[in-house]
Order: sequence, then C-alpha cells, then structure tokens
Amino acid sequence: MTGAGWAGARPTLPVHALALVLAAAALAHTLWHGVDQRGAALAFGLLTAVGEFARWSGAGEREPAPLGAAGALAYALLGENAGRATHHDVPQVVAVVAAASLLGCVPHVARGRGPTADHLARRVLTVAFAAVCFQPLYNQGRWQEWTGGGAGYAALVVALLVLTALWDAVLAAAMAHARTRWPFGPLLRDELRGTPGIGSAVCATGAVMALAVAVAGLWALPVFSLPLLLTQLSFRRYAAVRATYRQTIASLARATEIAGYTPAGHARRVAALSRAVGRELGLSEPELTVLEYAALMHDIGQLSLVDPVPAGATAVLAPEDQRRIALLGGAVVRQTGVDADVAVVVERQADPYREQPVSARIVRAVNAYEEKAREAGPGGPLRALEELRLGTARDYQPEVVESLARVLARSGGVARGHLG
Amino acid sequence: MGPIPPRALCCVALAVLGALACLARLPDGRTPWAALALLAALCAGCEQLSRWRPAGRHAPQGMGAFFPVLLAGAFLLPPSAAALVALPGALLTRVEQRPRRIRRVWRAAQLVVAVWTASRVHGALGGRESVVRAESPYALVPAGAAVLALCAVLTLLDGAVLVAAERVPARTAWRGLFARSLAPLAVHGLAGLMMAVLWRSPYGPAAALLVLLPMYVSWWVFAQYHRERAAHQATIRALVQAVDIKDGYTRGHSERVGRASMMIAREIGMDDERAEVLRFAGILHDVGKLGVPTRLLRKDGPLTPEERRVIELHPEYGHEMVRGIGFLGEARSAILHHHERIDGSGYPYGLVGRQIPEFARVVAVADAFDAMTSTRSYRRARPVAAALAELERCAGRQFDPRMVTALARALGRHGWHPAVTADEARPGVPAQTPGGSRRTESAP
Repeated sequence: MTGAGWAGARPTLPVHALALVLAAAALAHTLWHGVDQRGAALAFGLLTAVGEFARWSGAGEREPAPLGAAGALAYALLGENAGRATHHDVPQVVAVVAAASLLGCVPHVARGRGPTADHLARRVLTVAFAAVCFQPLYNQGRWQEWTGGGAGYAALVVALLVLTALWDAVLAAAMAHARTRWPFGPLLRDELRGTPGIGSAVCATGAVMALAVAVAGLWALPVFSLPLLLTQLSFRRYAAVRATYRQTIASLARATEIAGYTPAGHARRVAALSRAVGRELGLSEPELTVLEYAALMHDIGQLSLVDPVPAGATAVLAPEDQRRIALLGGAVVRQTGVDADVAVVVERQADPYREQPVSARIVRAVNAYEEKAREAGPGGPLRALEELRLGTARDYQPEVVESLARVLARSGGVARGHLG
Repeated sequence: MGPIPPRALCCVALAVLGALACLARLPDGRTPWAALALLAALCAGCEQLSRWRPAGRHAPQGMGAFFPVLLAGAFLLPPSAAALVALPGALLTRVEQRPRRIRRVWRAAQLVVAVWTASRVHGALGGRESVVRAESPYALVPAGAAVLALCAVLTLLDGAVLVAAERVPARTAWRGLFARSLAPLAVHGLAGLMMAVLWRSPYGPAAALLVLLPMYVSWWVFAQYHRERAAHQATIRALVQAVDIKDGYTRGHSERVGRASMMIAREIGMDDERAEVLRFAGILHDVGKLGVPTRLLRKDGPLTPEERRVIELHPEYGHEMVRGIGFLGEARSAILHHHERIDGSGYPYGLVGRQIPEFARVVAVADAFDAMTSTRSYRRARPVAAALAELERCAGRQFDPRMVTALARALGRHGWHPAVTADEARPGVPAQTPGGSRRTESAP
C-alpha cells in the first residue's frame, strides 16, 4: 500500500506535484534559452490546444482528447521537418505541450466541466517520457546511426510509442488506484486492455504525424489529423448511445420497484455493490458491464408473478421458487435484446454457487446481503454477513462473501473489526 | 427478386467491357508488380477484416474499409495497375442481396473503371511527382481532383444501374447520391494521400500501413455504435411489449399511438428531432401500466372508485420509471400528463389549457383516436370517420382543437393504416425485428 499515509484528501497529489514541477522547470528553461524553430513549435502547440479544446466531457473515458494526445506525442518524437533535422530539446517539448494543453483547458475549466488536473498531469508526464526517450539521442545523431534511417527509423518511432502507451497505462492505473483504492493489478489490466482501441489509434496517428511532417513539412498536420477527428467523433457517438442504453436498462429495472414487487432502490444498490465486488475480484470492464446489467434486472422475473413476493425478498423463498423466478427473469431479459450473457446470469442466480458463473455468484450473494441487511434493522449488515458466511457451504461462494465484506468495510457500511 | 431485366444485364456488360479496356494496357513491361501485389493483398485483406466476427454481424454495410488503399494505389501506380488493385478485393466482397454473382461482377467492374479514372486524373495533374516531392501542399490538388473523379464515376454508374434495373426515374436515382458519398470519400482520399506520401518516403510501405490503423479503429467503433444502438432499440421495444402483453387487449396500441403522434407532429410543422422524441412519447405513454396490478388492467365490467384510482396512478408510475432516461427529454412530461384535459378535469394534476405540455396534448389525441378505432374485448372498433367526429365533439373540453384538426388533416392526406407487425406476432412471442424499429434507424 503506497502512500496510504500522505494526503488523505488528495491521494494523487504526488503525481500532480511531479507534473507541475516538471512543467514549470521546462517553461523556465525554455523562456531562458528561447524557442527553437518557432514555426513547428507553434503548429504543434496549436494542434495540441485545439485537440484539448475539442475533447469530450464524458467522464471515465480512456482518452478524452485523442487529437491533443496524438499531436503532443508527434511533437515529442519529431526528428525532421520537411527533410531538415530539428534541434528542439526535452524541456521545449514539455513546455510547448504543457502550455498548449493548459490553454486548451481554459474553456473547460471556465464552464466547470469535470476534473482536468489528473488529465493534464498524465499528459505532461507521458509526453516527457516520450521526449526523454527520443530527443537526446536523436539530437546526438545516435538514432540515425543505429537504425540507418528509413524503415528502421519508422520502426523505432513505433516502438517508442508503444513503450509510451505502456507507461501511460501504468500511470493511469496508479492514479486510479490512489484515488479509489481498488486493487492495482486489475486496474492496470483494464487500462492495457483498453489500449488497442483508442490508444492504438492515437499511437498510430502520432507516428504518422511525426513521419509525415518529417517528409512533407507542416502542411501535413491539419490534413492528417482529420481521420483521427473522425475516430473521436465515432467514439463520442458510441459513448452517448451506451449511456442512453444504461439509463434504459436502469429504468426497466425500476419497473419492479414501481409495481411494488421490490423495495425502492433495491436494484440500484445491488448493482452498485455487485460492481464493487466484481472489481475487487478482478473482473474486466466488459464483464463488469454484464454484471451490472444482470444485477439491475435480477428481479425482473417477478413482473411475471400474479401475486408479489412479500417485500420482494427472494432469498427467503424455497429454492424451487427462487429458481422458477430466476428462469422467468431470464426469459424476460432475453426478449429485451440485451447481451445473452446477462440473461444467463439472471437465469442462474438461484443455483448453488458451484454450478454458477462467477457473475451469478456475485449477484446471488449481494442480493441476499441486501435483503437480509434491510430486514434486520440496526446492526443488520453485520448479522447479514454472518448469515451469508453460514451459507457458504452450498449457496454462496466463500471468496465472494469475503470480498463483499472487504468492500463493505472499505465503504464504511460495516464497522471495522467485525472479522473474527 | 424476379429475373434480371435485360437492360440491367446490358448495363453490367458495358461496365465489364469498360473495365477490360482499363486493364488492357497492363502488360507493357513498366508495371511495378511488387507494389501492385502488396496493395491488392491489402485491399482484399481490409475487405476480409470487415467480415471478421468481433467487428460483428451488425457492421454497417458499404463502409468501404478498403477505399484508402484503393486511393493510395491510384496515387502511386499507373492507371491500369491501380485499377487492377481493386479487382481481387471486389471479387471477394460479401454481397448480401441476390443475385450475388452478378452483383459482385458489377461491383468489381464499377470499381475498376472508377479507380482507373481517378488515377488518370491524378496523373494528368502531375500528381505522381507531387507525391514524391511532398514538401509543398500542391499534392492536395491532384488528390482532390482524383477523389472528385472517383466519386463522380461511382455515383454515375450507381445511378445508371438503378435506372436500368429498377426503372427508377433518372432524377430520383441521382438525387443526393453524389453529395452523400463525397464526404466519406474525401476523408478516405486524405488517408490515401497520407499512405502514398509515406510509401514513397524513405520510411517505406511499412510506415504507410500505420495510416490504416486509425481508419480501422474508427470503422470498428462505428460498428459498435450500431450494435449498441440496435440493442437499445430492442430494449425500448421490450418495454413496450411488456405493457402490451400485460394489458391484454391493447396489442400494438403503443406503436400505433406513436405513429399517430408522429402524423400530428408533421402536420403542425414540428422539426424532425422533436417529432422523433414525440414518437417515443407516444410509444411509451402507457409504460406506467407495468406498475398496475394485471388483475385490474384486465378486469371485465365496471371498476370500483378505489380500483379506478389505482389505475389512474399509471401516468405517475410511468414518469417515475423513465425520468432517468435522458434522451426522452420532453417525452417524459407527455407520459406524465397524457390524461390531462383542456378544461382541467383530467389527472394527475388537473392542468388547464396551455399549462398542459404540447407533447401531452398530442399524445392525448392520438391515444383516444387509436382506442376508438381498435377492437377491444368489450366493443368493436369504430370507423375512422366516426372516431374523428367524436374527437371533434370533445375538442375544446377534453382535447386541444389544434391537434384534433391536425390529425384530421393528416388522415385526410395519408389515410390510416393501422396494421403493425406487433399485430402479426402471436401473443407472448414478440416479433424479433418489427418494422417500426427499422423506420427509426433510417430516420435522420
């Protein structure tokens, strides 16, 4: 556990401080020594600023400003400009990118759209990494010497960009870990898994820009950023429709609450807790989405019942009844056109845990916990956990129950020290 | 699909002859076969990649994942060699509609002629030298001209075969075709130019391949977008079907109210975006009935005041359910207020006149109209004219007269065709892809 002690309120503070110091030093150095090749600096700075300005506001996206990222990386890896060698050094790269990103962020900050500090710190550190790998050796002529120019040089640029992407993923996972205290391993895996999507497009565009400017000069920049802009647009539309879809699923889930079959907020609470437990257990992002949808709709089978189950509590019913409702629910979910995996989880939620997929085990345990904790009043959470532990022989998987206990302890849902 | 009309066969034969003429000058000894083979393989590879399963069955058709490669070929190679690049990929294309073989041949011939023309135009403007000496932005001029030529030939041939095969009037066949395809082709053209410049640079063909990656990612995300959108529409449909099944006698009612609302919206000059939201309002207006016990909804005979009060809660239930769905916007207020009356005697809030949201006034009229014109367990359907007369009688007290007039005018112009696919589905077995959703997808 790194850094549990310092800065409880701002756990990502050290990263921010590092980025800030780096950017300030680079700016001071550049102002002192003057800017080398102003045209290129201005063009790349403008591209980065525009990319930053055009970023989307949707939270939780992997790379909110792909165009800005590609422009910044291309500047870090720029060796030649229209056939003539460039001489800008690492501080200049960092200074230009930091200044441009700050400038592009101003409208977002003014409109109060989302946190930008994390994003900016990541940008500065990533670009600094790429520039440190490339510029010193390039300016000494080493890279040309070793790769012999040509195709070897292109391969080098790509390899450096892949390294940079890895570094960026580590950085992002570390920051997410510091902020949320979720385990580092799964976070890093999620970051790496997401990289082939928008990450690869950013890297490829960065490489193409650096090489194309080397061959053709600066007019290539605006022309060659268009395809990436298109990618950004598709991603934005995708994100929008995904958000809408999630809202629709959530309101479908509310149908059981409004019909009086389940208590208000039950589906939402089970979904949130299930997601947290799934994350604890190291599920990947697509698996988490399936888990969340299944948890939201786990009670939907009750809509097919003529008479409501008392208080919607399925965990106290006879096993056959539980399984019957689960099957009805699976049938409803299949009709909705949601991913078939979701239907499977809903169908199997009442089976003994050894026969279940892991998502269904989580939904079963969390649902039972939610119902039991609610009934028992004050002190309910503790007693509910105890009951779940007693059921680990057949119904609930011990690992899931312990993971649930950890999640609850962390969020303060259960008093610490209950384990014994 | 009947037999192919002879005029269409003629059209295809002419295109094939043209394509052969384009390829005839190939064996003159100056063809860069290695580059040609590499580009052709790439082109076919892109085509196959788009059939790859993770990208999905729902991938949008005709995205032309291979156009950047084709255009790069046109910028790099002599015309007949560039035309040959298109051939293997086009012959391997998956074709959805029958007759497959002749469509494939047609597609190949069309691409060969178009690419040949583009490459010719590009060469005539000195494009090949500009690609090698790329320091000046002049390279954009021949590339732009080539893209225009490609687009022109493709749309010309597309329109011609439409006229020949389907006897579409020439004006409708070509209308908007050129403008629609130019924007995507221009982006592909820029990517192609990028490829060509890098190909001729010291960095070589490997660097050129990098250009394809963002294009492919973009295309893949677009496919995902379509898949997610289809899933979303299926879910909305499931919500509606759940209501219809529960309500027993109102099969297809929701879809029809959606359609009638849309007709009114068009008539009163609502813009397309709001009309689309209004259609959702019509479709989902009774979604709150999911919260009302089935026994009450299906009860034959008069309801007690207590039971009536429970049923009258459904607008509030519905609003509670959908209030989290952002894209429904104004439709949410229509779901809450569709049982309000102009004179203030409606529920849940007893709003009067213009206090009632516009959407709710539209849905109220559409709802009442469909209720009267469809058969229910306790009475037969009334004819459209009788229903309109009844609506007009209640206009000003129960309904907004403006909406009633609009519905009457729209019905006079387009008629009422109440058969929807939900009618054809057996009870409890919802149709997988009702026509209503198709219409949503093609709507702007």
